Amino acid sequence: MSTNSQEVLLEMRGLKIEGFSEEQWHQIVKGVDITLHKGEVLGLIGESGAGKSTIGIAAMGYAKPGCRINGGSIKFDGIELTTASEEQKRKLRGARIAYVAQSAAASFNPAHKLIDQFAETVIEHGVGSREQAYKDAKELYKRIRMPDPDQIGFRYPHQVSGGQLQRAMTAMALSCRPDLIIFDEPTTALDVTTQIEVLVTIRDIVEQFNTAAIYITHDLAVVAQMADRIKVLRYGETVEDADTRTMLSAPTQDYTKSLWAVRSFRKEVKAPPPEPTPLIKVENVTATYARGLLPVLYNVDFEINRGHTVAVVGESGSGKSTTARVITGLLPPQEGKVYCDGEELPRDYHRRTKDQLRQAQMIYQSADTAVNPRHKIRDIIGRPLSFYLGLEGDAKDRRLRELMDMIEMDADQFLDRLPSELSGGQKQRICIARALAAEPSFIICDEVTSALDQLVAEGILKLLDRLQQELNLAYMFITHDLATVRAIADEVIVMLQGRIVEQGPKEEIFSPPHHEYTELLLSSVPEMDPDWMDRVLEERRAKGGITAAGN
Amino acid sequence: MTDTKSNPESADAMPPPPRRNESQVTVALRELRKAPLSAKIGLLIIVTYIFVAIFAPAIAPYGESEIVGPQFDLWSDTNLLGTDHLGRDMLTRLIYGARNTVGIALITTLLAFVLGGTCGILAAVFSGWIDQLLSRVVDVLMAIPSLIFAMLLLTIFGTSIVNLVLIIGILDSTRVFRIARAVSLNVVVMDFIESARLRGEGFAWITMREVLPNIMPPLVAEFGLRFCFVFLTISALSFLGLGIQPPTADWGSMVRDTSTLITYGDITPLLPAAAIAILTIGVNFVVDWFLHKTSGLKEEH
Amino acid sequence: MLLQRLSLGLITLFVVSLIIFLGVSLLPGDAAQAMLGQSATPETVAALRKQMGLDQPGYIRYFTWLGGILQGDFGVSISNKREIAELLGTRFSNTIFLAVFAAIIAVPLALALGIMAALHRNSIYDRSVNVITLSSISTPEFFVAYILILFISVKAGWFPSLANVSPDTPFVERLSKCFLPALTLTLVVVAHMMRMTRAAIINLLASPYIEMAALKGIRKLRIITRHALPNAWAPIINVIVLNLAYLIVGVVVVEVVFVYPGLGQLLVDSVQRRDLPVVQACCLIFAATYVLLNLTADILSILTNPRLLHPK
Repeated sequence: MSTNSQEVLLEMRGLKIEGFSEEQWHQIVKGVDITLHKGEVLGLIGESGAGKSTIGIAAMGYAKPGCRINGGSIKFDGIELTTASEEQKRKLRGARIAYVAQSAAASFNPAHKLIDQFAETVIEHGVGSREQAYKDAKELYKRIRMPDPDQIGFRYPHQVSGGQLQRAMTAMALSCRPDLIIFDEPTTALDVTTQIEVLVTIRDIVEQFNTAAIYITHDLAVVAQMADRIKVLRYGETVEDADTRTMLSAPTQDYTKSLWAVRSFRKEVKAPPPEPTPLIKVENVTATYARGLLPVLYNVDFEINRGHTVAVVGESGSGKSTTARVITGLLPPQEGKVYCDGEELPRDYHRRTKDQLRQAQMIYQSADTAVNPRHKIRDIIGRPLSFYLGLEGDAKDRRLRELMDMIEMDADQFLDRLPSELSGGQKQRICIARALAAEPSFIICDEVTSALDQLVAEGILKLLDRLQQELNLAYMFITHDLATVRAIADEVIVMLQGRIVEQGPKEEIFSPPHHEYTELLLSSVPEMDPDWMDRVLEERRAKGGITAAGN
Repeated sequence: MTDTKSNPESADAMPPPPRRNESQVTVALRELRKAPLSAKIGLLIIVTYIFVAIFAPAIAPYGESEIVGPQFDLWSDTNLLGTDHLGRDMLTRLIYGARNTVGIALITTLLAFVLGGTCGILAAVFSGWIDQLLSRVVDVLMAIPSLIFAMLLLTIFGTSIVNLVLIIGILDSTRVFRIARAVSLNVVVMDFIESARLRGEGFAWITMREVLPNIMPPLVAEFGLRFCFVFLTISALSFLGLGIQPPTADWGSMVRDTSTLITYGDITPLLPAAAIAILTIGVNFVVDWFLHKTSGLKEEH
Repeated sequence: MLLQRLSLGLITLFVVSLIIFLGVSLLPGDAAQAMLGQSATPETVAALRKQMGLDQPGYIRYFTWLGGILQGDFGVSISNKREIAELLGTRFSNTIFLAVFAAIIAVPLALALGIMAALHRNSIYDRSVNVITLSSISTPEFFVAYILILFISVKAGWFPSLANVSPDTPFVERLSKCFLPALTLTLVVVAHMMRMTRAAIINLLASPYIEMAALKGIRKLRIITRHALPNAWAPIINVIVLNLAYLIVGVVVVEVVFVYPGLGQLLVDSVQRRDLPVVQACCLIFAATYVLLNLTADILSILTNPRLLHPK
């Protein structure tokens, strides 16, 4: 990694930041110390609400709207930012401390060309002329292997793809050759195969220019590649702080250990042997969103057996969620059929019987929007009970309590609450209970863990696994996260641009030889090993195939 | 399975915050105490108007159309605010105006809401050709400014209170339609609606139980705003002599009838006009506060 | 995109004319009956009906009517038998004069006040402006008008309360006579416009790219001119045009209060006399202006949207 010097660049002492919500001030950051040396990369890691982004941006002496710094000191290269004038801070921002935001698409001004937004910082801080800035931008674009580096800068943000925009933003951060760059979850919104390209760009740049950086992320494997040192945060306080290798191999705090252990979960019980009639059979489905448009699914064909988990993997636009919509009948296919237990299902859900609808249930990515915020938990879970099974009164209440037990939540405490009073993980459990209430044989899980923190997500996976064994449920698990696939799948389907590129038992898919795309997908998932990225780049270079920065 | 017990560190194990065992009245009262001054004034105004409207016959010194003195009499002990162009007591007519003007505006707004609200939700939930049809009709109706359109229709159908209520109600329902459709669309795309559809729920359940509870706050605010708009439109029409017709006491026509006095520096014509303005200001203050409260969370992001 | 919007505008105009025409034919009896009054014999009514072309089928009458309008022929008034086009001419230009007068004061004022309120959000200035404008939009136009007459005209005697201009009124006198009506319109419209401007700017300033510009160390003034403004045109144009359209409606009441010989005054008079051809003509002109303004707003916002200016 980068060459560290012993010279301190940034020093935060007892930093406190509070935010205004629900008509009062809440402490978000409760006294955090950070010391960053020149050329050093510090990874800030934590779950949502840890305050990592707030701390990162405070390094620029900046507090988000609705927040304020209310204690401690921030010293950047000898300048105290908490007391510095706006003008002093303005002169540092962009010139000596630069920022790379999570969403480049939203953070580039839609009205100006990329290269002009690059040059703006240079001119504003008096570092150089427009011509110099243009020349420098083109060189940087070339260096980070952007396609067509001489011309791409003259495009508007909406004319460039997401991954390229994120790299262009990294280049823009470099425009004045700052001493420090804050990377605020720069790859969170990207697909894995794009993520690795951006990661490579960022790391190259930080190394080549010996820039210090604060890298904020919730993804441990990513931070392992990027950082010299890792700081674990929780609820606005430091949990642990150590150099990357020590932190990964020998964490001292329980919280850190539990974070590290998350990805170790593996489904152990083998799925029961397939029965002669598969529970769900998708036969040669081709589907399109509107007549005349190109299909979004081509000849999709697979089976799901009782008690089995089939994971459907793919990046955005691969058609994995569309497949689910075809099975549920929300999107009637152009061609092909869907069978449930040997019986052909009507194409459109309107024409399916209550019992056919009951058999297949769905759990969504965002539990927030999957439950009606105005309904009590009792009504959310209770509705399928009365609707499908005709349960009322005591019988319904008894069943409600059983279901709450199954999802490991206390009935007395939760039944009469509204969803807004629950945490994300609790809401997802309620969604699971609602699906179970219908007594289905098949559940579609659409990215059910991707909106959750890793510890909570793991709890949900374990719960789903236990329920599968108890109730012999079949799952179709839609996900872009290969770690989840490894954890719970029996069979795997890999999709790309509406087609199935590879399918089979998990062991087969995860062991070579792979299909070319599966290979790319698998090798792009960061691992908790600081040397992972170097190894992947080495392998890819050796094969001479897909280069990291290529598109 | 490696570990069946749920992780003690996970947020799932966190107990929910203590439940507030309070009635809605207690909560409402507490919110009211915290309300800004403008909202309190607004509520006070609304309550006063309602009171006057209900008890008009008891409060008013004379009958609604009773002629009690000479025309345009000055303010005196017998006629506190003087008389109008026919010699009727101004104060009495002001008080009855609360009943007539506000009542008619309220009925019209209700009509606009029932009509526009139903169609708006319908369009959002069904989408497809129903939505297309309703939206295009509304586009065309809204292409003509409503005051002008109302004048055209009043010429055709004649000026009566029933016509007035129907015409303004229907014209204004287009705006309610737009709002209701827009807020419903935000709800209809949510997963819980898809979930209800896949469960096999019918249209009635989806509209009444799933969509409606979620769009109530914006609709309530919109009701206040639309009421003000309808109220001002009807007053303007009455002022132009095209709205509520004599002998019904109505603030808009009262301004018109006494307007000549203003050139003598007499403020009498301003009184009914002020009665209109004060109510709409009051309603707007309350709506502003309500909007601020219900969208308060959004503003944080 | 642009062509689509343009043709949509034309279709809307067409449909609006159809509605106005059809609305009138819903009337019990017809124009001939109305012109001659209840006492006329059926024979004379039939004769006039033939003369006016009322015996022809509806669609022919519609196209004759529309064709006439396109050539500037609006038909004849029932009440005074004069050519409607003649009545409309000066009145329409009077109304436009008043609306433009008000807009010239109102637009810059509202934009400046609105942008100020947005930049100093939640300050004392912002809060008091909120209360004042809220009160102002809640007030009927005639209330504002009479208050201005009372204080500025009757008590102070600075400006006349009657705006009885004629085609040969000198320009300066015209300005003075129109001052109070224009001020009334301004007061009413500024509040609306300012609130909308404030909301649009606040919305814009919350964009991530504005925060990014601040984090790049760009000066505040430059953030506003280079980053906010190019993206603000669409919402601002929208606000302006919507309020100009609003002015056109508001003008009716104000013209009546100040006895100003404009289109609104004519409309109100004709509605009272049930002079349908005139009402039809006035409504059509008001509606057409309104439709055209909205069309302009949409076209301008399409033209200023960077995403549409530079397609992929």
